[in-house]
Amino acid sequence: MLLDVKNLTVNFTIKDGMVHAVENVSLQLDEGETLGLVGESGCGKTTLGYAITQLLPDNARIIGGKVMFKGKDILTPSIKKNGSLEGYQAEIRSLRWNEISMIFQGAMNAFNPVYTIGDQIDEAIRIHKDVTKEESLERIKELYDLVGIPSDRINNYPHEYSGGMRQRAMIAMALVHNPSLIIADEPTTALDVIMQRRILSEMNKIQKKFDTAMVIITHDVSVVANTADKIAVMYAGMIMEQGKIGDVFKRTSNPYTEALFAGFPNLRGERKELMSIPGDPPSLVNPPSGCHFHPRCRYAKSICQEQDPPIQQMETGQLSQCHFAKELQAGTLRREVR
Amino acid sequence: MSEDAILKLENVKKYFELKQGILSFRQPSLYVKAVDDVSFSIDKGKIFGLVGESGCGKTTIGRCISRLETITDGKIEFMGRDISGLQKKELKQFRSNMQMIFQDPYESLNPRLTVFQSVADPLTVHESGQSQGERKDAVFKALMDAGMKTPEEMIDRYPHELSGGQRQRVAIARALVVNPKFIIADEPVSMLDVSIRAGVMNLMLDLKEKYKISYVFVTHDVAIARYMSDDLGVMYLGDMVETSETDDVIMNPVHPYTRALLAAVPIPDPDYEWEDVPIAGDIPSPINLPKGCRFHPRCMYAMDICKEKLPERVEVSDGHFVNCFFAEELYASPVKTPKELGLGSLSPEYMEGELEEGEILSGQDGE
Ligand SMILES: Nc1ncnc2c1ncn2[C@@H]1O[C@H](COP(=O)(O)OP(=O)(O)OP(=O)(O)O)[C@@H](O)[C@H]1O
Ligand SMILES: Nc1ncnc2c1ncn2[C@@H]1O[C@H](COP(=O)(O)OP(=O)(O)OP(=O)(O)O)[C@@H](O)[C@H]1O
Ligand code: SF4
Ligand SMILES: [Mg+2]
Ligand SMILES: [Mg+2]
Repeated sequence: MLLDVKNLTVNFTIKDGMVHAVENVSLQLDEGETLGLVGESGCGKTTLGYAITQLLPDNARIIGGKVMFKGKDILTPSIKKNGSLEGYQAEIRSLRWNEISMIFQGAMNAFNPVYTIGDQIDEAIRIHKDVTKEESLERIKELYDLVGIPSDRINNYPHEYSGGMRQRAMIAMALVHNPSLIIADEPTTALDVIMQRRILSEMNKIQKKFDTAMVIITHDVSVVANTADKIAVMYAGMIMEQGKIGDVFKRTSNPYTEALFAGFPNLRGERKELMSIPGDPPSLVNPPSGCHFHPRCRYAKSICQEQDPPIQQMETGQLSQCHFAKELQAGTLRREVR
Repeated sequence: MSEDAILKLENVKKYFELKQGILSFRQPSLYVKAVDDVSFSIDKGKIFGLVGESGCGKTTIGRCISRLETITDGKIEFMGRDISGLQKKELKQFRSNMQMIFQDPYESLNPRLTVFQSVADPLTVHESGQSQGERKDAVFKALMDAGMKTPEEMIDRYPHELSGGQRQRVAIARALVVNPKFIIADEPVSMLDVSIRAGVMNLMLDLKEKYKISYVFVTHDVAIARYMSDDLGVMYLGDMVETSETDDVIMNPVHPYTRALLAAVPIPDPDYEWEDVPIAGDIPSPINLPKGCRFHPRCMYAMDICKEKLPERVEVSDGHFVNCFFAEELYASPVKTPKELGLGSLSPEYMEGELEEGEILSGQDGE
């Protein structure tokens, strides 16, 4: 197993209290596998990604859990007494860039406008590897080839690239050290569908070629349906359901997953009426008691408000955090009238 | 064109002249042809979906229709009247009949106005001569129509005290309060969370049924356009390349660009196999548009004529219009490759069949 996140809980301290951003999250990923991490804005996806790459801001507190990477706990050694992360740790830092890399949300705009893209990738290469400028340039050419940017564009400035090209250059940068794991945070959200498809196909090919594992963070379940092996559905800091793509899509065992899928229009097949989820997204400062989804769930009963739902293993293999996961999957769960 | 058309665009053009430095006086002016020779019509009580990639001119069309932009050429008729000629009273009436909803509700809601003030604002603007009580009733009704079940809890709040979905509902209420006949909705759900998006879309569909409001619904998301619209228009760089009934466009796409765009849309079904996306390169700059058909540098079917001349609008079947020289051939053979059709001499890679399945031609990059 490449990545094994165990019971991870992360809070942010703020003026009036705590933001419960990641709650008791466990995830596993093998070499070469792709996990789609989906959920709505503010549910904790980026925070989870940052906990794995150890890029959490100062007000973040690791309340519990472990992040095992290639069998080694990479998180515990860098937690300070108050629960925040050590700022700079050479070992972790080099692990982060050499073994785990991240494509940041909004990365298109993350290049420094005053340096050429080539110079910025060169720096990422040479800061961790003792190579000559020429060797570094060779590597950049290789990477540009891989992501489909002509190498005569290496010495251009960020504003001379289109959005799609900048996004591909970011992917090239994430690949400089042949990482075994890439965390891609909304890698195509700002792009048009044709460019999105192109980038996803390129990432897919690269993964196959180098057996790279990837976590794709997105709010778009259709992107995940077409690219990932596994899916984890997050709501208010918790993973509501996770498992193989086919199982979660076709043998859904969690009411939130069901509602999320039912709100997505499909270009193909029948025109089905979309379902909306009533109510507003939850507060993570005072999350609802019991199951965080209960105020908006069409199946919620009193136990849902009173008790935290257990994580249940389904016969189909996926995990679901719901009191009535088995009944929902079997199709015997009754809707509550409200 | 239908008798029932509430809105008709005929050969509408909107060119923006780019301001240049003082030293460039000898050079010819540069234009962005944001909308170039676009024609379509919308029937009463129907939704016309406008799709296409960023920068293709969707917002500009919306702004032309609402007279926020003066068109460069062509004609726009609303309820049988050329909108460019409207004066005073007619113009006022036009403005209340034609409302807009934007992507970012912050754009349409003044942060210093309460919900009540925002929604009541158009009533004042349009001087409908109502009493205080009537105004209050109208505001409450609009808020209820927009899906706010308890308006009294909302009316004193400011925009920052509302969630995104609530803000968008207030923006819709504000548009509804003057009983419009037509709404231009420019990416109205793009910024909303998935769980509330469906609610806002269903609300707009309900209002269409209830009040027979017609819409232009602008979106870059074709799956959403399919859900919302009766008719669909596909734009590419200022050109309306294809229009027809929504499912006709989606099931029988004819224009080479429409085919590529639809093939690229991700499908929320793990069993769905990725299709090949038949397109080369990137969108060129809107300032130096390619000569001839503006899609030719990326088109898998392009022939020499595509470089030379602009294709005319062809009606391939009843109400299905396509701007392409080979529209008839493409319509007759929905699955044939360019090679089988004897087309595509301008795109050698495709002719030689070097394209792997599922692969996209990367062609020449750059702008
Ligand atoms: N530094 C911080 N201090 C306090 N709260 C934070 C901080 N960073 C994030 N949060 C909060 O933690 C929660 C999770 O945020 P996160 O960025 O992980 O969400 P996300 O799922 O990535 O959302 P999006 O899809 O919008 O990117 C949110 O409620 C957010 O407001
Ligand atoms: N006032 C203006 N002056 C100059 N160019 C303009 C102006 N308004 C729009 N344009 C240009 O016209 C073209 C069409 O823009 P428009 O905003 O209509 O596109 P769009 O399809 O709505 O794109 P998006 O999906 O990104 O909103 C673009 O190239 C844009 O840069
Ligand atoms: S075949 Fe020619 S006219 Fe038709 S879309 Fe392609 S380039 Fe344009
Ligand atoms: Mg995020
Ligand atoms: Mg726009």
